[in-house]
Amino acid sequence: MARKLPRKDVVIVGLGWTGAILAHELTDAGLDVVAIERGPWRDTATDFNIGYMQDELRYAVRKDLFLQPAQEAMTMRNNTSQTALPMRDYGSFLPGTGVGGAGVHWNGHTWRFWQSDFQTKSHLTQRYGEARLADLQVQDWGVTADEMESAYDRFEYLCGISGKAGNLGGKIQDGGNPFEDPRKRDYPLPPMQMTYGPTLFAQAAKSIGYHPFPTPAANLSKPYVNPLGISMGQCTMCGFCERFACANYSKSSAQTTILPVLMRKSNFEARCNSEVLHVNLDAAGKMAKGVVYIDQNGEELEQPADLVLLCAYGLHNARLMMLSKIGRIYDPQSGEGTVGRNYCYQTNAGIQLFFEDKNFNPFIASGACGQTMDDFNGDAFDHGPLDFVGGSGINCIPTNGRPIGTRPVPPGTPRWGSAWKKATKDHYLSSLGFSAQGSSYAARGNYLDLDPTYKDRYGRPLLRVTFDFPDNDIRMSHWVSDRMVEIAKAMKPKQYVEGRRNKSWNSVPYQSTHNTGGAIMGADPKTSAVNKYLQSWDVPNVFVIGASAFPQNAGKNPTGTVGALAFHAADAIRNQYLRNPGAALVQA
Amino acid sequence: MASTRRHFLASVAAFSFIAIASRGHAQTISRALPWHPFAGEPPQPSLAGWYFFNPDEARAIEAIVDRLIPADDLSAGGKDAGCAAFIDRQLAGSYGDSARLYTAGPFMKGTPTQGYQGEATPAMRYRAGLAAVDAYLRKSKSKAFAELSAQEQDDFLKSLEAGKVDLGAVDGKSLFNLILQNTMEGFFADPIYGGNRDMVSWKMIGFPGARYDYRDHVTKHNQPYPHGPVSIAGSPEWSRKS
Repeated sequence: MARKLPRKDVVIVGLGWTGAILAHELTDAGLDVVAIERGPWRDTATDFNIGYMQDELRYAVRKDLFLQPAQEAMTMRNNTSQTALPMRDYGSFLPGTGVGGAGVHWNGHTWRFWQSDFQTKSHLTQRYGEARLADLQVQDWGVTADEMESAYDRFEYLCGISGKAGNLGGKIQDGGNPFEDPRKRDYPLPPMQMTYGPTLFAQAAKSIGYHPFPTPAANLSKPYVNPLGISMGQCTMCGFCERFACANYSKSSAQTTILPVLMRKSNFEARCNSEVLHVNLDAAGKMAKGVVYIDQNGEELEQPADLVLLCAYGLHNARLMMLSKIGRIYDPQSGEGTVGRNYCYQTNAGIQLFFEDKNFNPFIASGACGQTMDDFNGDAFDHGPLDFVGGSGINCIPTNGRPIGTRPVPPGTPRWGSAWKKATKDHYLSSLGFSAQGSSYAARGNYLDLDPTYKDRYGRPLLRVTFDFPDNDIRMSHWVSDRMVEIAKAMKPKQYVEGRRNKSWNSVPYQSTHNTGGAIMGADPKTSAVNKYLQSWDVPNVFVIGASAFPQNAGKNPTGTVGALAFHAADAIRNQYLRNPGAALVQA
Repeated sequence: MASTRRHFLASVAAFSFIAIASRGHAQTISRALPWHPFAGEPPQPSLAGWYFFNPDEARAIEAIVDRLIPADDLSAGGKDAGCAAFIDRQLAGSYGDSARLYTAGPFMKGTPTQGYQGEATPAMRYRAGLAAVDAYLRKSKSKAFAELSAQEQDDFLKSLEAGKVDLGAVDGKSLFNLILQNTMEGFFADPIYGGNRDMVSWKMIGFPGARYDYRDHVTKHNQPYPHGPVSIAGSPEWSRKS
């Protein structure tokens, strides 16, 4: 029997990006807030040491900062005819843990989704007809880009994003992304200085008529003081970004943008090393009473609260809903049920270029210093004559030269011995890659539920991921790969090697920690788990905030939209929900 | 003694539940940003001696890493670079016993997309694998791996890599891949973990190591970076007085 603690106004599950934003906003509104985080406390001054953060083995290979499968694993299969087995080590994606969450060790690409992304179904149906979407289960988000603009703006200014606007109030700007939706003002900081590889990529892309621009980066091009009064430093281009924490206060994270203010508030409390088991519902299952968690001493505690915010990683939000019996679990046979529906991923492909006369100094890098072109992303181009929907951003963002993982050699090179060694030396400084980050559109058979066999350390069922790349997305990826070949040829390398996307999704090699869906937002409670304010349709004093809300994923990194959704939900809670607590903000 | 070593090795591998428990005082935090000295657990330098391998295993693994990464005019060989010592320390720590991984059953054969589904930890796979290699070679060549000529060693490793050596219960190909993966980790990791001695691999390819500020060089396109590598423990040049 759990020991019952004194009531709080709000309990937040997970203290990463979304938990920190919601905690800051709701404490500002005068509420008494507690965040329960299953990982450790982590901060720049104490844990992210500039003397030893540049440790590839510890952080990138042994994955020191990530969620360990021993703590929580997931099972996977490619389709319902297979038996799901546990991913005994995380490979294809790497969920975070601890204060700051995956925001501690992200690269920092910070995008806005477009109106055509938010209206995926209605936009594509109107432009190409319903038949084009026959094999897909894409949906609208229930919000418009216009509604999200100020939330994106707040997240970008919180972070100090370095970039160049492409569309200011409808006027296309030189040097920015001409395909983006209108924004009210430019990024808070100018773009980062470009390294050699992306500079050559941009020249080649322009030479064949495309529109490259500096990738919007949460690695700071200049010192910055954010609207909370928190100072950050200029990025030093150390090349230890993704999988690492920034020791230099120059990558945006909860630590560098929110916690120095949030942690000093008297109406906020963080409890670390404490894992929430489930949300407590009332007897009718209609209202949440709080959460039950196990602290680091193994004691089970009940934290009563009027409002429960699920701010864990998207996949864990979906699992917590299932374990708490909030809403009905999706059934791929009948298409009924909403929790676990529309799990999507990212459809990536790459290309590696080998030169003889170039020195790229690959170690001079940051997670988001590079060039992107959106000419073939989303619906920026006419799909009329094509056999797919969706697209990919093409990114030349060389993030590192860390040699355990990054030492490309041409195909046919032996994997060991003197010939291997010579090839490794010859190509380390002189090769360059770029990639296509493709949309992942929902399909009926791709979903999340609870595994019938495998349990976590507390005896709860693991999350089961059933996923393969839909045929539409594979066709899209190959078409974009053909465009990448054209750009590669324009760069005149000695040799280029394609890395195309094919079936089936493999859980072993790293691809992307952009897992979306499972608790998706929308206008219809039959096909979405939360409304347009991320409020549960079934239990109105529960909000579920994260990429779990994406009805499908675009060809862009999700964090910008996750941050914007956090501000969007916070506004709805502050300005609407608190006037009439417990009421649904949208009538079902 | 042994438990002290294991504790030390766990901290070398830089993760343990002990470490998390030691942060217990930070469990509930309010009205402050906590600060504790040494909260971030710096890595500990690797000490001499063998922690996992017995003498026969050590001889075999030193000979293997010296063929995977042979000494030539580009760099020292895998043995002198410390790759065997690196693997030894990894196997004695939280990598070796899969402490971080999901190791609950049932164990079933999966599809290739489901990844490794075996019950054996890396430490168990090395122990059984090196024993199987030794038994195979003693039977077919009446020699241990380390006693073969360099050419014979290469021929055997190529057959193992190609899945052409029948090691009975041990899957030779996946054993080869495991050893190759760990050898490369050791060759290219920071020297603090026992491999990449004197930063030999970083000097060979031109990686400047654990530096953190390249701002001066960002726009010097296509120009060589002028400085040699440093490691977490520093640069040997810093302490050498002439």
